[in-house]
Amino acid sequence: MSRNFIRPVSLRDVATHYCSGCGHGILHRLVAEVIDELNLREKTIGVAPVGCAVVAYDYWDFDVCEAAHGRALAVATGIKRCKPEQFVFTYQGDGDLVSIGMAETFHTANRGENLSCIFINNACYGMTGGQMAPTTLTGQATTTTPWGRDPKSGEGWPIKFSEILAGLEGVNFSVRCSVSSPKEIIKTRAYIKKAFTNQLENKGFSIVEVLSPCPTGWQKKPIDAVKWIDEEMVKTFPLGIIKDRCI
Amino acid sequence: MSGNEAMAEAAIKAGCNFYAGYPITPQNEIPAYMARRMKEEKRVFIQAESELAAINMVFGASSTGARALTSSSSPGISLKQEGISYIAGAELPAVIINVMRGGPGLGNISSSQSDYYQATRGGGHGDYFTPVLAPFSAEEAAELVMLSFDLADYYRTPVLVLADAIIGQMMEPVKLPFKSSFKKKLPQKPWALSGASKRRPNIVKSFFLREGGLEMHNQKLKDKWEEIKNNEQRFSSYKADDAKYLIVAYGSEARIAWEAVDALRGENLKAGLFRPISLWPYPDAGLQKCARNVKKIFVIEQSLGQMVDDVKLALSGKDIKFLGKTGGGIPSASEIIKFVKKAP
Repeated sequence: MSRNFIRPVSLRDVATHYCSGCGHGILHRLVAEVIDELNLREKTIGVAPVGCAVVAYDYWDFDVCEAAHGRALAVATGIKRCKPEQFVFTYQGDGDLVSIGMAETFHTANRGENLSCIFINNACYGMTGGQMAPTTLTGQATTTTPWGRDPKSGEGWPIKFSEILAGLEGVNFSVRCSVSSPKEIIKTRAYIKKAFTNQLENKGFSIVEVLSPCPTGWQKKPIDAVKWIDEEMVKTFPLGIIKDRCI
Repeated sequence: MSGNEAMAEAAIKAGCNFYAGYPITPQNEIPAYMARRMKEEKRVFIQAESELAAINMVFGASSTGARALTSSSSPGISLKQEGISYIAGAELPAVIINVMRGGPGLGNISSSQSDYYQATRGGGHGDYFTPVLAPFSAEEAAELVMLSFDLADYYRTPVLVLADAIIGQMMEPVKLPFKSSFKKKLPQKPWALSGASKRRPNIVKSFFLREGGLEMHNQKLKDKWEEIKNNEQRFSSYKADDAKYLIVAYGSEARIAWEAVDALRGENLKAGLFRPISLWPYPDAGLQKCARNVKKIFVIEQSLGQMVDDVKLALSGKDIKFLGKTGGGIPSASEIIKFVKKAP
């Protein structure tokens, strides 16, 4: 019998530090699978964020650059402009990409940098213990919104950043997907491949927003966390292609 | 040409292949010059959305092995400190030009030397230093920019060129082309990110979570700072050999003090000038030698007194007087002369 499920070459054979039910493990694997499939490993330079995935370079087996919190796309811009033939992507969370790094994200997208951005939206700051993120849902309790996020008391509304970015000329592809079920994971893999292929075809900026479970930050069992994505999170963050210039 | 343009052209001559910056007075001639020349040379110029973005673009460019430059002025340099700390931690080479203006806060746009502490004590968070070079003419500004790229590559460290608004704006003849005064052979960059082809993956990082990891890394950095301290002290002196009254000043203030020394000599007062070129590492040994037979030391700064601390550290026990002006005030030659003559 042939073995169909094997470890991607771009993913190291090590245990990760992620919590049970976390989406990062799946997403690291999807990124590694697509890099292998497109035969990109030897020309890849990844940019790791600050957040739970800060040591992604311990798990991926290709060149990786660290970036300060929020600055991944500025760092990636510097890399890609100097190495236009290499494949450069960032892997960032919601706090990194939408809060502290909003300016860098917005302007990188607006310049139409030929980059691929994987945006993990888990509606909280996972690494620091589950504080309110710009993507935290209205009413969602976090350590800094103990009574639930209340826009009327000055805590703001969840930001739909992929929709905002889609309005920029420089953005080629913007999509929201999820890793809440095998079906959605398969779609997410296809979108990541599309974002990576876009860069190889010099199409400019592509962003893949992935709704990803954070059972620890949400104080839910892993099974309840994925259910919460499907039942609650998608109401604020609807899944699907937001912009695809190639259609 | 202006000091700003001289520094920009020097960067071109030094093979700088990446520039990112954000507008701020009094250094706007640098990005304007680079926007045109980098394109002509088919290199990368980016007007970034902020100083933060610019320094992080430099981080990315440098991680690929490029010779990367950014420039700004005091408030903008404060914003860049995050990135400078990361660049130092990740041991990346980079050159940062600060054309100083008045502070704190938005301050003003006049010449100032009040970023001395920030420049010479690391500037950002964490245990680190960056070499700091202070030019006193447009031509020297160009020479020091060229040298900075070599120092940065040789030691894998950010290097700061600390000019002031007068140096940046002043127009004077500059001899081209420049050649770097750095004589050591520059190392290859096997650490650079290029894709893990026929080698193990390279990781550029400043994060060391495991117990003892950061301590080891910082000790390694300390060895580097020590090596720089031993090898890269730079200074210049003027009529200091037989001086009884030694003026210590850097940047545009040294230019003014030069004039004061000549005037004092004209009045048969044995004045001399000690001009540090590297502010970090501070040229302690050179200063000690120049000050050996000196009666009094006069430290002149466009600040409330920052470099004077390093002079006191180098010359403990000596009679050290300080004259400084702040917020755009510039101690003039006549004020220096009066100050030296008045000293008891």
